[in-house]
Amino acid sequence: MSTTTVLAAEAATFPVLPALIVIPVVTAVIIGLLPASRADYSKLAALIGSSIAGILTVYVLWNFDAADGGLQFVSQQSWVGDLGLSWFLAVDGISLFLVVLTGLLFPVAIVTTEPHHDPKPYYLWLMLLMAGSFGAFLALDLLLFFLFFEIVLVPMYFLIGGWGHGNRVYAAMKFFLYTMAASALMLVGIVALVFLARDDTGGPTFNVVTLASQHRLSSTAALLVFASFALAFAVKVPVFPVHTWLPDAHTEAPTAGSVILAGVMLKLGTYGLIRFGLFLFPATVRDLAPVFLTLGVIGIVYGAAVATMQRDLKRLVAYSSVAHMGFVVLGIFAINSQGLTGSVVQMINHGISTGALFILVGWVYERRHTRQIEALGGLQSAAPVMAGVFTLVMLSSIGLPGLNGFVGEFLILLGTFSAAPWWAVVAATGVILAALYLLWAYQRSFHGPAEGDNATMEDLRLTELFGIAPLLILIVFLGVYPKPMIDRIEPTVDVLIEHVEDRVPDFAEDEPDRLRRAGTDGLIDAANEAHSETEEHGGTEDHGETETEAEDHGETDASSETEAGGTEAGEGE
Amino acid sequence: MIDLAWLIPAFPLAGFALLVLFGRRLGEPGAGWVATVASAASFATTVAVFADLVGMEGEERFRVQTLFTWIAAGSFEVDAGLLIDPLSITMALFITGVGTLIHLYSIGYMHGDPKFSKFFIYLNLFVASMLLLILGDNLALTFLGWEGVGACSYFLISFWFSDEANASAGKKAFVTNRIGDFGFMVATFVLFTSLGSINYDDILTRADELSTQTATIVVVLFMLAAAGKSAQLPLYVWLPDAMAGPTPVSALIHAATMVTSGVFLLTRLNPVLAEAELWSRGLIAWIGALTALFAATIAVAQTDIKKVLAYSTVSQLGYLFLAVGVGGFVPAIFHMVTHAFFKALLFLGSGSVIHGLHDEQDMRRMGGLRSLMPVTAFTFIIGWLAIAGVPPFSGFWSKDEILLFAWNADGIGGKGLWAVGLVTAMLTAFYMTRQVILTFFGRTRFFDPTAAEIDAAASGRVGEVEAEMLAVTEARMAAVAALEKAATDVVKRSDAVSKAKTVLVEATAAVGASTDGAEGHDKLVKAFDRAVKAVNKSEAAVVKAENAAAAAEVEVDQLTAQVTATEARLSDVTDEVGRAPRPAAHVTAVTEATDAGPLVEYLPESYHRRQDQHPHESPATMTLPLVVLAVLAAVAGGLNLPFTKDLHFLEHWLEPSLFGNEAKVAATAGTKWILGVVAVAVGAVAIVAAFGVYLRGRADPAQIERRVLADGWYVDESYAGFMGGPGRRLFEGLSWFDRTIVDGIVGGVARSVTVAGQSLRVLQPGFVRSYALGIGLGSVLVMAWFVGRLFQ
Repeated sequence: MSTTTVLAAEAATFPVLPALIVIPVVTAVIIGLLPASRADYSKLAALIGSSIAGILTVYVLWNFDAADGGLQFVSQQSWVGDLGLSWFLAVDGISLFLVVLTGLLFPVAIVTTEPHHDPKPYYLWLMLLMAGSFGAFLALDLLLFFLFFEIVLVPMYFLIGGWGHGNRVYAAMKFFLYTMAASALMLVGIVALVFLARDDTGGPTFNVVTLASQHRLSSTAALLVFASFALAFAVKVPVFPVHTWLPDAHTEAPTAGSVILAGVMLKLGTYGLIRFGLFLFPATVRDLAPVFLTLGVIGIVYGAAVATMQRDLKRLVAYSSVAHMGFVVLGIFAINSQGLTGSVVQMINHGISTGALFILVGWVYERRHTRQIEALGGLQSAAPVMAGVFTLVMLSSIGLPGLNGFVGEFLILLGTFSAAPWWAVVAATGVILAALYLLWAYQRSFHGPAEGDNATMEDLRLTELFGIAPLLILIVFLGVYPKPMIDRIEPTVDVLIEHVEDRVPDFAEDEPDRLRRAGTDGLIDAANEAHSETEEHGGTEDHGETETEAEDHGETDASSETEAGGTEAGEGE
Repeated sequence: MIDLAWLIPAFPLAGFALLVLFGRRLGEPGAGWVATVASAASFATTVAVFADLVGMEGEERFRVQTLFTWIAAGSFEVDAGLLIDPLSITMALFITGVGTLIHLYSIGYMHGDPKFSKFFIYLNLFVASMLLLILGDNLALTFLGWEGVGACSYFLISFWFSDEANASAGKKAFVTNRIGDFGFMVATFVLFTSLGSINYDDILTRADELSTQTATIVVVLFMLAAAGKSAQLPLYVWLPDAMAGPTPVSALIHAATMVTSGVFLLTRLNPVLAEAELWSRGLIAWIGALTALFAATIAVAQTDIKKVLAYSTVSQLGYLFLAVGVGGFVPAIFHMVTHAFFKALLFLGSGSVIHGLHDEQDMRRMGGLRSLMPVTAFTFIIGWLAIAGVPPFSGFWSKDEILLFAWNADGIGGKGLWAVGLVTAMLTAFYMTRQVILTFFGRTRFFDPTAAEIDAAASGRVGEVEAEMLAVTEARMAAVAALEKAATDVVKRSDAVSKAKTVLVEATAAVGASTDGAEGHDKLVKAFDRAVKAVNKSEAAVVKAENAAAAAEVEVDQLTAQVTATEARLSDVTDEVGRAPRPAAHVTAVTEATDAGPLVEYLPESYHRRQDQHPHESPATMTLPLVVLAVLAAVAGGLNLPFTKDLHFLEHWLEPSLFGNEAKVAATAGTKWILGVVAVAVGAVAIVAAFGVYLRGRADPAQIERRVLADGWYVDESYAGFMGGPGRRLFEGLSWFDRTIVDGIVGGVARSVTVAGQSLRVLQPGFVRSYALGIGLGSVLVMAWFVGRLFQ
């Protein structure tokens, strides 16, 4: 499992993951070097660069071994060896589709939108954003991850502040301060974790895989470190009540910024919660699950309720993101196969649907110079094709079965129901509200009599239709046949769950079964039991069995951990 | 052939795809024919599968066909698979059969609509979704169809979206159904956590593993789902509004097929129902019975031809709920099938009437159409006889079965369910007879002026006299002014006379003082002559002025008289217009014509245009489906005749799907005969009563058609009031809370942005920029280093 063998294996083939980061950076440099008189070429350059990266992600997808739940395409280099820093990139079933989504959304966003001024710096920032996004999804060294996690803020800040609408400076600053303030604490947490775990891991290391399998932080220490991580991720997701930067940033950002923000950057939060939360601190996550489940449910219901009352179409979509991401949080903290798989699926589907929605709202704004719902109306008469596309995307966002949005939502609710039934029941009401706010907004914008400029709005151009077509095709395909996607996600989720079971001795396999007593009283009892148990380990007679089980696990712990570490780090071979 | 069952949903799906791609190019009527053929092919396949199935033994007739894995994660797995059994194939038969007829009908009905091809896109997608709903081999796939038909229903209700009301109705249908869908989802989760599977195969065979409590929860949740889709209390409110869609849609989706899917679902899950506590089944039965009665009372007072049928549908679906609740799954499916025939027939008939009357839906404006639209009238009458429970038409047999099972259900509500069912049957016969009379019998009221037209005529008539009045008054005022001027003139002329006379006196004196031949004498004489002439002239002018004044006075007098006369006429006309008869706004006017009297010539253009229109029979594409459905509605009772066990065809056929959960009827043959006779008698009384009131005018309809009934017991208003009032305020409160409290408090970050804004103006470049630069440079260095290492 030494890094050298990994390297040997990797060096022989094309280093595709580093290339994903390098290509956009090189593109950015090329754009930067374009003479001012050739600024028009920056769009072409960005399109080519992002498309090459996109095609590479398809290459990764194509060559990804679906049966393998471990890390693939590993690229590892030691860096500052004494400090345990390393260049460590890899994909697994959890990050694979996020990487592909990134590779898809950037070219689509570039094709479908246009900056109003200064194309050169605009595309330059966009390319840096792409590089950073890839890096954040690929990095498995904590510090490297943090670096990329922070890098993405900068281009986004300038994109919102420079090419946004209305109150863009305020929105950009709010976005920056919120996310940066939260992640500053994370850096402290990372250092603390590496420092506290240095003896367990045999010297300091930032390697997430090693840390996850070997660190022995006390529950208090783990709680504190996790808290510093969780805050950074919660802001990014965003989780109630730290979500208020999102509507401002989304609304004022240029369309491409909104697409990337919703489609890619929010996922950094939920991805982080899985990779650097659940993976590193399974016991803590399990203990805190009720808190996050509750926040997730609040996000779903509250986000939808607030979305209903928005007057600005883009702001409405922004709040719908809060609701949709609430589902993702819910699935993660259900900590079971359906919930986690559903969460990853939902991340992808939300990126596709919400990305498409932002593109559509952007087109409406380009044509009508307003996003105020009351200023619109009857658009379907003048623009039937756009209305049809909008309807499809809307139904996907509502979670209509047969379209992509349903699959993730359903799996999440199913998984959550077996872990925490009442949370799932409340969350399921979000399904009603989603229909309410989107259909109502659609009715007020596209239905009804068309007057004034609404009656003469230009329908979709063919280029626009082609630009958004990939998203529409995926909306249908992933709804009808999500199997290829789930097949690649699930093995990794299973490995993760096994890891949690190994690390959390009383995370009994039969836990969901106890919760299965579905009677009304049974539901409450089960939920309460789940809580009290997480607080006090053992004590009541009920826990006799689990305790012995815990001991059994304890005996095999050491061996199983090294095994786990071995298999996971050695996947690249 | 049974292996080709996947073709059943595949045909309409292919039709849908074809029309999405080429629909606009195919245009009218090509797109319609493509869709119709797709639906017909599906029907043909279903018939073939049915034929295969009939030849098999009991257990054999329950088959699962897996196409591919749809969603699988952990222990959860659902397939895109079909469950072929008597229940699903029965549903598929009437869905594709009635569906094809309605496709055909729509080619005629949608003629000339600019969105002709789009209509058929939705129609084919609907059929495909509906087939997936019933054929799916697991709850998730049923849910896919369930939501799919909901989406199609939404598209088709708001098909003519430019009208705000249609758009609202579509949204209302979808959102209300979603409340039920919530129940569907949670029930699915409960079943999965309890049984570890949501495949029907597992659920139906292992339902006995469910605890009574769990089964009860599942049943109540699915009941909520079914109440949404099948428009039961308290979620029925969307269905009457759904009539905003084109009439073929009302027939297909909102009468024959989609709205029965709730009942189908509960029937499909009959083993779970059997495990649940009795009260949950009782709840289903009572909700059904009360919905049936409630909706029937509203139907009595509706004036829109489609609204009557809409409430009637809600009421009939209540019967189906009632049947399922008392364990009468066979009667439920039996009545579902017969109802699909006769209600589709009635809706299509009403569509034919609306089509023939140039989009008139108000029954107060129909009447006497029997001779103008003979085929429509004849088939509609058959539909009426079927729904009113007149033997031997189909509705009689199926409704009687339900009433028999209700009579049998002592454990749930004594004879209460039966009594409610019987009263509903009476009301049904009454309001349907009323509808037939108002539409096809009595006077043809189509050409009568409408209330609005009479109002327009009245204001036209009064306006004319008012204009006259204005003219006369103005003329009189002008004459008065002229008179005044003439009087002044007389005074002025008189002054001139006296002046001339003074001059004459002076001249006379001057002439007398001078002597003849004296110097200047001639001059004085000339002056005297002039003065005499002036006096004469001015005196003549006075006379003339006096004459003119007199003439003016005469004119003024004349005009004053004229004004008075016109004034009197205006008040007469106003009175007369006020007395002119108006068509009753609320109560149906049946026997007497609304005579516009002297107003006729003042009626607006719309009235005169209508006199040139001719209510006409619909084209063959529309009447052919009517005839076929009429035949089916007449004879479908033969599916399950009560006389001997051998005639219970449907019961034997459905046996493999019901797992012995059909309630056993204990009643003797004698009781059955008595129940049947009572039902027929009650129906006959209602029909006779309706003829008395609406054709013979024996009672005032206003006594029956109360305001509270016409307004549906104000349920809709209450819901709307709540949603628009407290509901909206709650959401607005949350929105405010988010803007001010959450955004304001969290970490004070937002505040610090604004407060620090001033200092940040200085800091900004030194802050974000340098941070950015730091991060950027750092990462570039790191990257460069790694890239260097990597490609060493």
